Amino acid sequence: MTETAPARPVAVRHRRVGQERLPVAAMILAGTAIAFFALPFLGLLWRAPWGDAWSILTSDSALTALRLSLWCSLWATGAAALFGVPLAWLLARVSFPGRGLVRALCTLSMVLPPVVAGVALFYALGRRGLVGQYLDRWFGFTLPFTTTGVIVAQTFVAMPFLVLTVESALRQLDTRFEDAARTLGASRWYVFRRVTLPAIRPGLIAGAVLAWARALGEFGATITFAGNFPGRTQTMPLAIYLTNEGNPDEAVVLSLVLIAVSFGVLVALRDRFLGGGHPPTT
Amino acid sequence: MSRRSQPFLIPVAALALIAAACGDDDDSAATTAETSAVETTEAPATTEPGVAGDTTVFAATSLTDAFTEVGDAFSAAYPDATATFSFDGSSALVQQIIQGAPADVFASADMANMTKLTDADLNGTEPEIFATNLLTIIVAPGNPLGITGVADLTDPAIKVVTCAAEVPCGNYADQIFAAAGVTVTPVSLEQNVGGVRTKVVEGEADAGIVYVTDVIAAGDAAEMVEIPADINVVAQYPIATVAASTDQAVDEAFIDFLAGPDGRAILADYGFGAP
Repeated sequence: MTETAPARPVAVRHRRVGQERLPVAAMILAGTAIAFFALPFLGLLWRAPWGDAWSILTSDSALTALRLSLWCSLWATGAAALFGVPLAWLLARVSFPGRGLVRALCTLSMVLPPVVAGVALFYALGRRGLVGQYLDRWFGFTLPFTTTGVIVAQTFVAMPFLVLTVESALRQLDTRFEDAARTLGASRWYVFRRVTLPAIRPGLIAGAVLAWARALGEFGATITFAGNFPGRTQTMPLAIYLTNEGNPDEAVVLSLVLIAVSFGVLVALRDRFLGGGHPPTT
Repeated sequence: MSRRSQPFLIPVAALALIAAACGDDDDSAATTAETSAVETTEAPATTEPGVAGDTTVFAATSLTDAFTEVGDAFSAAYPDATATFSFDGSSALVQQIIQGAPADVFASADMANMTKLTDADLNGTEPEIFATNLLTIIVAPGNPLGITGVADLTDPAIKVVTCAAEVPCGNYADQIFAAAGVTVTPVSLEQNVGGVRTKVVEGEADAGIVYVTDVIAAGDAAEMVEIPADINVVAQYPIATVAASTDQAVDEAFIDFLAGPDGRAILADYGFGAP
């Protein structure tokens, strides 16, 4: 670790927030964008079978899928944080040859079509896969068709959101506090836990929320890699996709539930963490 | 050695990427939209002998190989006509058509999904049965687990995949299990029969319920364990034009070609039965 960073000027950031006036053209374009985001949800609300909504909502199939979705996405977020924070730390603070390539590799799954991610996982971790065949042969353990497989698929596509956000927060951090703690004799782990992590908390939470949202919405990698079975691998997006073919009413209600859950979390956290993202204290 | 701060735009960019990553479902619809746009400009009203233009056929996954070949033969027979295909589970396709996808012809793997089209009054011609198919158990080459029939599929050590109940092949599988009086718990319910075939061919699952035609199409990569006729289901494949199609002549020419000697011969090659 080479902490040669000179003291950098603290970015001026709070200037004029909330006091700017936009030109009319920009206002119109922004308004169009808002309508563009709002309309599909209004379409769902308009189409929703409100009379049957409650019975669909409380049906076993809906609750099972919702429970599984929450369970898997939270585990995936936890896994993304466990592995993603050290990865972000490495990418932000250690110079090594090929760092750009490693970063690209570790964030590739974010831009891949999810189905491609699923197929790739299949040939890596499936029963006949590159690594998966040994898991099966030595431990009798296979990932596809299991809830763990869902979590793996979700982690694979969601972790980059956390890594990029945390890495960015680490890069913005004024390293003088860490340097000070080090000169006072604290170990690297201690500094990371007691100085760095609290300072990047907003970035960490923002990254975790993004990763969670991505995991909750994950469809392509899950259905390709983990299959589809109620209670085991059929998360909300899969249930919605399939019920839409047989029973569109149910699909609409399930979609609204998923939207409500995601929207609720984003609203609750957004103003505090997703908007600014810089350390609240300076 | 410089590592200056990056702007904190990354979460925003990331959100944009969520949207981008979720958009891959619509590709097939977009492609078919293009082809149908071409069709309207390219299909002048023609006289009797010359069939011209393009017909966009939404067809069940199990028809993929056979219809691709029928399409080539159709173009060879009518040099000015082409058939463009979109293959998926019949339930997904009929849902797309009801939502306005630009299909000209719909070929379903069961009557139930065709009925959704006729109930919505969206069919042009009346549905007619053009082929039949049987269900079978698909296993790895050499049948390593020695599966002899559907009764063996109840063994929890055997990983079974079927289609979801919404898809014809899943509905048929349920009927077969009921007729055999067995309860099978699959490890996965796939959204079309291609998913079942792939899972078995790639070794992820041990057995699946598919159409006879799927095992034939898989060649050396899979083997079939026959399901006896008394519990098997004869899948009826209906076809009809879609009312919204702007050129019914070429659509009907495709259906006639399919039901004619050339089409029937190709279907038979792939293991489909005559209606």
